Formats: sequence, C-alpha cells, structure tokens
Amino acid sequence: MTAAEKQDMAVLMALGVGILLFPVLTTSFSAIHHYLDIMVFVGIFSLVNIGLSLLMGYAGQVSLGQAAFFGLGAYVSGVLTAGFGWSPWAALLAGMVLTGLVALAVGVPSLKLKGHYLAMATLGFGVIVFVVFNEEVSLTGGPSGLADIPGISLGGWQIDTTVKYYYFVWAIVLAVLLVSLNIIHSRVGRALRSIHGSEKAANAMGVPTSLYKTRIFVLSAVYASLAGSLYTHYMTFLSPGSFDLFWSIKFLMMVVIGGMGSIWGAMLGTCVLSYLSNEWLHIFQDFDILVYGLILLVVIMFLPKGLVSVFRRR
Amino acid sequence: MEPITLSGQLIQYAVTGITVGSIYALVAIGFDITYNVTEIINFAQGEFVMLGGLFMVFFATVLHLPLAMAFLLTITVVMMIGLLMERFAIFPAKNASVLTMIILTIAASILLKGAAMYGWGKDPFVLPPFTDREPFVFMGAAIFPQSIWVLGTTLVVVFLLTMFFKHTKFGKAMIASSDNRDAAQLMGIDVKTMVMVSFGLSAAIGAVAGMVITPVSMMEYDRGALLGLKGFGAAVLGGLGHFYGAVVAGFIVGLVESFCAGLLSSGYKDAAALMVLLLVLFVKPSGLFGSKEIMRMKDF
Repeated sequence: MTAAEKQDMAVLMALGVGILLFPVLTTSFSAIHHYLDIMVFVGIFSLVNIGLSLLMGYAGQVSLGQAAFFGLGAYVSGVLTAGFGWSPWAALLAGMVLTGLVALAVGVPSLKLKGHYLAMATLGFGVIVFVVFNEEVSLTGGPSGLADIPGISLGGWQIDTTVKYYYFVWAIVLAVLLVSLNIIHSRVGRALRSIHGSEKAANAMGVPTSLYKTRIFVLSAVYASLAGSLYTHYMTFLSPGSFDLFWSIKFLMMVVIGGMGSIWGAMLGTCVLSYLSNEWLHIFQDFDILVYGLILLVVIMFLPKGLVSVFRRR
Repeated sequence: MEPITLSGQLIQYAVTGITVGSIYALVAIGFDITYNVTEIINFAQGEFVMLGGLFMVFFATVLHLPLAMAFLLTITVVMMIGLLMERFAIFPAKNASVLTMIILTIAASILLKGAAMYGWGKDPFVLPPFTDREPFVFMGAAIFPQSIWVLGTTLVVVFLLTMFFKHTKFGKAMIASSDNRDAAQLMGIDVKTMVMVSFGLSAAIGAVAGMVITPVSMMEYDRGALLGLKGFGAAVLGGLGHFYGAVVAGFIVGLVESFCAGLLSSGYKDAAALMVLLLVLFVKPSGLFGSKEIMRMKDF
C-alpha cells in the first residue's frame, strides 16, 4: 500500500466512525435534531458528486448534465415501483442499467468533444431530459409530480425512519467510496490522471484515452442513477424541478467548491453546500442563488483547489 | 377574419421561427465575438439578453423615457456589466484552463441571474411593441410589426459588425488579436483592451436582442440560460466565429423550434432546438460554414 492509499483508507475509517456516531449527537441536542435528515441528502448527493469528481477532477472532463442522470434513476425507480408494482431493488437496478446505456449513447459522441463543446453538449442533453420529464405526463405525472412511491426494504426489514435511512444511505456511500478509491489507486486511476494532464501525451504513452473517458462517464452516470433511486424512495414524491439545469450546476458547484481533483473535496463540498442551502441560507430565501454565485466565484479565483486544500499541508 | 388555411398556418410558423431565430442569431454573434478575440465561450451570454429586456422594461415603462433614449441607455448599462464582468472575473484569471474559464463564466451567469431576480422579482414583464400593435395579414398569416423590428434589427447589427471588423482599424485590430495574440501585441495592439471591448460588444449585442424580443415573448429573470444554450447551438451550427453563418443557423434553429411547436408538440420545442445542437456537435462540430482545419488548430 502506498502512502496516499494509506492516507485515504485512514480518512475513510474516520468518516465511517463519524457516520456511526453522528446520530448520537443529533439525538442528544434537540437544536440539531433535523441535521440527520440533511445528512441523508448529503449522502445521496455525495454519490452523484463522487462520480462527478472522478470525471472532472481525475479525468478532466466537464459534465453539466449530471442532474439528468440523477433524474433518470429517480424516475425509473418511481415509475416502475409506483406505476408498475416492481420491487424497489429491481427498479433500482433497472435504473442503473438504463442510465448506463443512455450515458454510453451520449458519451461516445460527446467525449470526442473537449472543453466548451463537451460542457454544452451535456448541458443540452440535460435540458432535453428535463423536458421529457415534464412532457411525458402519462408516465411521469408531468409538472404536477409523481406521488405514492413506496419506501424501500432490506430483506423484509422496512427502512422507514430517518435514522434507518441515514445508515442505509451512508453504508452505500462508504461502499461506493471504497470502490472509487480502488479505481483511483489502480492503473485506471493513473491513466485518468494522465488524460487530465495531457490527452495527447497520454495517448502517445499507449493509454486508450477515449475508452477510459467513456467508461468513467458511464460510471459517473450510474452513480448518479443510484443516488436518484435512493432519493426517490426517501422522498416518495418526485417532480421535475429537482432535476433541472440549476441542479446540474449545483452538483458542479459542490465539487468545485469542495475541491476538484479529490474525492474528499467532493464530499466536503456536498456537505457544506447542502447545509448552506438547507440551514444557513434561509434568511436569504430565494436569493441564495446570489450567494452561491459569489462563493463559486471567490473559490475559483482565490482557492482554485477548493476548500479541501485548506486541510492539506504542502 | 379570413379562414385559416394550411399554407397560411405554415407561413405563420415560418414567421415565428424567423423571429425567434433572429434572437438566436444575435446571441450566437455575441458568442462569436468573444470567442474570436479570446477563445472563451461566455456561458453568461444569454444573461445579457435577459438583462437587455428587463432594463428596457425599466427605462421604457417605469421611467417612461422615450423609446430611443431607453434603447441607448439599456445598451450602455448592459455593456458596462459586460465590461465589469471581464475586468473582475475574466481578466484576473488570465492563464486559467478551459475548465476554470467555463466555471468562472457559469459563476458570473448565476450572479447576474440572481441579481436580476433581486431587482425584478420572478414575474415575467411585458413591453409594448415599438410601433403598431395590430397585426397585418400576409399570405394568410398574421404578422406582428414587432417581428419586422426583430428581423430588421438583426440584419442591421450583422451589417454594422461586418463593416466594423472588415473596414475599421479598431475592428481589424480585434481580429488580429484573435489570430495571433503575441504577434498582435508586438505590432503595438493593446490586446488587453481588445479583450475587454469584445466582452462589452457582445454584451451590447445581447442587450439589443433582449430589447427587441421582449415585446414578442415577454422577459423574466431565468430566461438567460436557455436562450444562451440555443444561441450557442446556432453559433456552432453556423461554424463558430462566422457572423453570416450564425444568422443562417439562428434561423434554422428558430424554424425547427417553431415547426416542432406547431406540427408536433409545443412542449417539446425546446428539446427540438437542443437536438439540433447535439446533432451538430456529434456529427459536424465545425458547423455548416466553419473549416475543419481551423477547428483542429483551436484548443477546446
């Protein structure tokens, strides 16, 4: 094990312990009782952002359509369980497969593009998917939403309280983190970083860059889909507003503010921004968007490696 | 009232398409100008259109200024915003990567959108047409005089810009800065100023687009992103950097959108316009009029 791997494993352990103990804290202080609920969302959004971080920070590709993949997972789960009586687990897997295929279809031509063009292509794709959610009323319920989505259970054990869902979601997040850290520290991870450094040089060294880019794009979409399914069964209600263009930008902001180029940065950014929007920016109401823009601007200008770089010596 | 015929209906869609298409063309030209000089795609380009519309509403209907004066004031204000954006966000980041630049201009667009929501609220605003309200009938289609204003303004803007870039020293200097930054600098051209001017100019053109379209389709704070995206589609379709290409492509995107709304489904019209964007990007990213060689040289 290299030093970097050891360090990541230590952080993962610490995170695991923190996750385990956090509910003790929230139940002992009534003022932060609802923090557990926010942490469920932090977990769900973390899944999206771990994928985005792999794509942006490691492979150096931008996606402004991540909310569409998140939404695809959410709607496949919602429609199949509420409308067709599927079991939530089967629907969740179906969502991941379908989203993966869609990502493959979009990714193969998109990833030939670079920089601006890729950003615009994913942005356009995201808006198209959003329009479909709104227009296919017979399937998705359209703008008025999709209700009566059942909860999820694990081997006959109904995950029906916030505490249960919290542990359920975070167990999945930790598993996904473990998988992702393995990818980062493997041959594939090094290949991805070489693409970020210089695609031409990577190609010359024999790295099949387009193959790796496509794979990581599909993986990030599958993560987002998983997150969407978990979101669906926690909310038990869906409306297209949670998957619009601004959400794609919000995911991007979480990763950038936390720190591109590090999974921990993505996690930190997700946590900070989720608490900001759910808790600390209430006084601004709708104008939180102004604060977001400002934070993003300040971070990218003065702290280009994100908040996580504050914790890093060197 | 005459009966509505099929051909009249089709002409109606075509007129609507050309009208909104003109706006996409103007947005595309805005992208082209900043891109030509800086090789930056300004993701906030659509916000200038929104700001143009809303400032025009403020000057013309709240302050009751004469139309021409409101027009000039709006251009000035939005241009200032474009210049400030360059000075405070783009300029300090000089040598940033493409990824950073994308995020920077996205941050700027969020800020502008948020500021507009703060200033105007969330409701859409109406602006009376510049001249006559009553539509006239042309080949079975009812045409609002404002549509003529939109199309006419677009053509005038394209003509003036072509003149500016081809026949004035300043315009040529801007083109030179885009062709080769270092060489232009050595020839005594102040490239920094050129970059700033390109942002001001593209903001001004966005503002013009916003002012002429608001009487047709109203304006609210969150319209910028979609206008920007469709305008970008037109810019790519026309071949990034080509003014006349942008106009033709803008019309194509507008026509696809309005015929989809009329014949297929009005809910899917945005999706149809964006499908055009995706198709061009996937099939021929150099666009209809752009050259492959130039595409390969530019760094995306």
